[in-house]
Amino acid sequence: MSGSRIDEAFADGPAFIPYLAAGDPNIESTKEYVRALVRGGADIVELGLPFSEPIAEGSTIQNAIVRSLEGGMTPDAYFDLVEDLDIGVPVVCMTYYNLIYRYGEEEGPEPFVRRAAKVGIDGFVVPDLPAEEADPLREACDEYGLDLIFIVAPTTRGERLRRIMDRVSGYVYVQARLGTTGARTDVSDQTDTSLGRLDEWDVPKAVGFGISEREHAERIVTGGADGIIVGSALVDIVAEGDTDDGTVAERLERKARELKEGALAGGESRPQPERP
Amino acid sequence: MSQSKFGRYGGQYVPEALMPAIEELEDAYQRYVLENEEGFVDDFRARLRDFGGRPTPLQHAEALSARYDREVYLKREDLLHGGAHKLNNALGQALLAKYMGKERIIAETGAGQHGTATAMACAHLGLDCEIYMGERDINRQRPNVFRMRLNGAEVNPVTTGRGTLKEAISETMRDWATSVEDTHYVIGSVVGPHPFPRMVRDFQAVISEEARDQVIEKTGGLPDSVLACAGGGSNTMGAFHEFTGDDTDLYAVEAGGSSLEVDEEGGVAPNSASLSTGSEGVLHGARTKLLQDSDGQIMESHSVSSGLDYAGVGPELAHLVDEGRVTPVNVDDDGALESFHRLSQLEGIIPALETAHAFAFLEEEYEDLGEIVIVNVSGRGDKDLESVIEETAERDIEGAPDMDVFQGGL
Ligand SMILES: Cc1ncc(COP(=O)(O)O)c(C=O)c1O
Repeated sequence: MSGSRIDEAFADGPAFIPYLAAGDPNIESTKEYVRALVRGGADIVELGLPFSEPIAEGSTIQNAIVRSLEGGMTPDAYFDLVEDLDIGVPVVCMTYYNLIYRYGEEEGPEPFVRRAAKVGIDGFVVPDLPAEEADPLREACDEYGLDLIFIVAPTTRGERLRRIMDRVSGYVYVQARLGTTGARTDVSDQTDTSLGRLDEWDVPKAVGFGISEREHAERIVTGGADGIIVGSALVDIVAEGDTDDGTVAERLERKARELKEGALAGGESRPQPERP
Repeated sequence: MSQSKFGRYGGQYVPEALMPAIEELEDAYQRYVLENEEGFVDDFRARLRDFGGRPTPLQHAEALSARYDREVYLKREDLLHGGAHKLNNALGQALLAKYMGKERIIAETGAGQHGTATAMACAHLGLDCEIYMGERDINRQRPNVFRMRLNGAEVNPVTTGRGTLKEAISETMRDWATSVEDTHYVIGSVVGPHPFPRMVRDFQAVISEEARDQVIEKTGGLPDSVLACAGGGSNTMGAFHEFTGDDTDLYAVEAGGSSLEVDEEGGVAPNSASLSTGSEGVLHGARTKLLQDSDGQIMESHSVSSGLDYAGVGPELAHLVDEGRVTPVNVDDDGALESFHRLSQLEGIIPALETAHAFAFLEEEYEDLGEIVIVNVSGRGDKDLESVIEETAERDIEGAPDMDVFQGGL
């Protein structure tokens, strides 16, 4: 499972992984916003395909999903969007299992994965798909050479952790705290404990849930993370729209740069880089 | 793992953060509920009897039997404490949570009957209780909101989407993802991830355990058919479970709402007939039959009764329908309202609007239901009086009382 575009994204230093809900508020804006994030230093982009029942999401991303669905977002429109992006960094599709399962004529996840591979998607994160139910998607990902990223929660231990780490590829998404997505003003102290539990595996570890500031990024990378995932803090900027401080794209780029710098600073203050 | 499925349906499609709690619940379900560890089942049965008022009667309905020219029996779950079958499950799960050492209970509610039952069970057992309820349902089911508050529960309005049961379940799952270490989620129907569908069914199966004995005692034989309304399907599975091995026809009566047509553009299905018209998908932790559009987005459902207003249905029912063991049928809002009034007048029983659907099906299809018919009276209609007065005023319903008596004001 080595050598994927996602693996490469972690090769030279800590990765900054922004999330946006595709189609929020429309498709053209999403393309512009994603490019701004890449200019700001994104190493991988997580692009959400909105589902009507996002049970893992807090209110910020729930609202983004409503805006996107009201704007007419569909799986096919999403694939077209990704195909048009041409950004030079890997794209991870974050969505819920029903959309993957329902897509296409044949049963199961294979048609969705086939199409995703064709438009240049590199991997998936599926928050309502625990390891127990993931084998059909894992097989389809293997067939098309895509990564399947799993979320590890603060409550994940022992046998469960092993089951997940047996199936993960690309990176493991370390959920920094219990609960749903949403920007926070502090770094959860569950983060270091969760990272510690993953020491024995050398899959890159990216931490998400609640990160909103440069200092968070720095602290988390110092604590041993290989990447940081930031969603709600960016979606907030999209929701605000253009302000006196700049257009959405300008502010996204600035925020991205800030977070990326935080991650890089964290990388430098670590005793020695894990992946030389 | 095979335990977690019913044929192709069921499973555990939930965020990883919840999985350890679900494994803990599977273990507790096995030990306490299935193996009666620490005498859990005896404790539960005793409380159902003394606090809940079980067994409920199987009543011979004289007027309906005469009207349809066959023997109609009513399983009176409306007489259970709280006024609906919901307490069977709520008490079972709240008690299990207590055995598991959890201190806080959360639950969703649609019609407010499950919320009420959970609030009562928590007051009875000394547990903290918070209920999530869609804003629209809060307004449709006000008396139940007062009852929950009186029993000391918090009621949290859910404002996303159409503010009905689907959104309330999603929001309760979000709470649980945060609070999972000290909190148990008392899900209100045979839905959600394994082990909920199986466990809720086991708690509700007392309905058919009693009814089967009672009907044999009263008639000397088994019924030709059993009718129960189906939202998520807990009163349905409860009423069916002990009859699944018999030669009895089982009818799950869904809400046909205002129409079975689907508005794909608007994302609305003006009904809640997921067994009759839905397709396979994954929602709220389980693979089951759903109202969804061709992309897999969940539709907004509709029913005059909040308790049936849901886009999904229990996975075991979906499986029994595929197997041909359960027949899914549906009746519309008008039929349910007419039956609400009919039962009130003919039998002196004011049924819940949910329950009224089962009686509407009896009115329409009695000729094909055989000699002995059991209808599960899942709940009483006190909670529905306000909306029934409103909905009745909009229609011309045979036999509905005239409400002019109120015109004088206070
Ligand atoms: C009286 C009554 N009957 C039926 C239902 C539907 O639930 P289920 O299908 O789980 O029995 C409800 C739900 O609130 C209810 O209150």
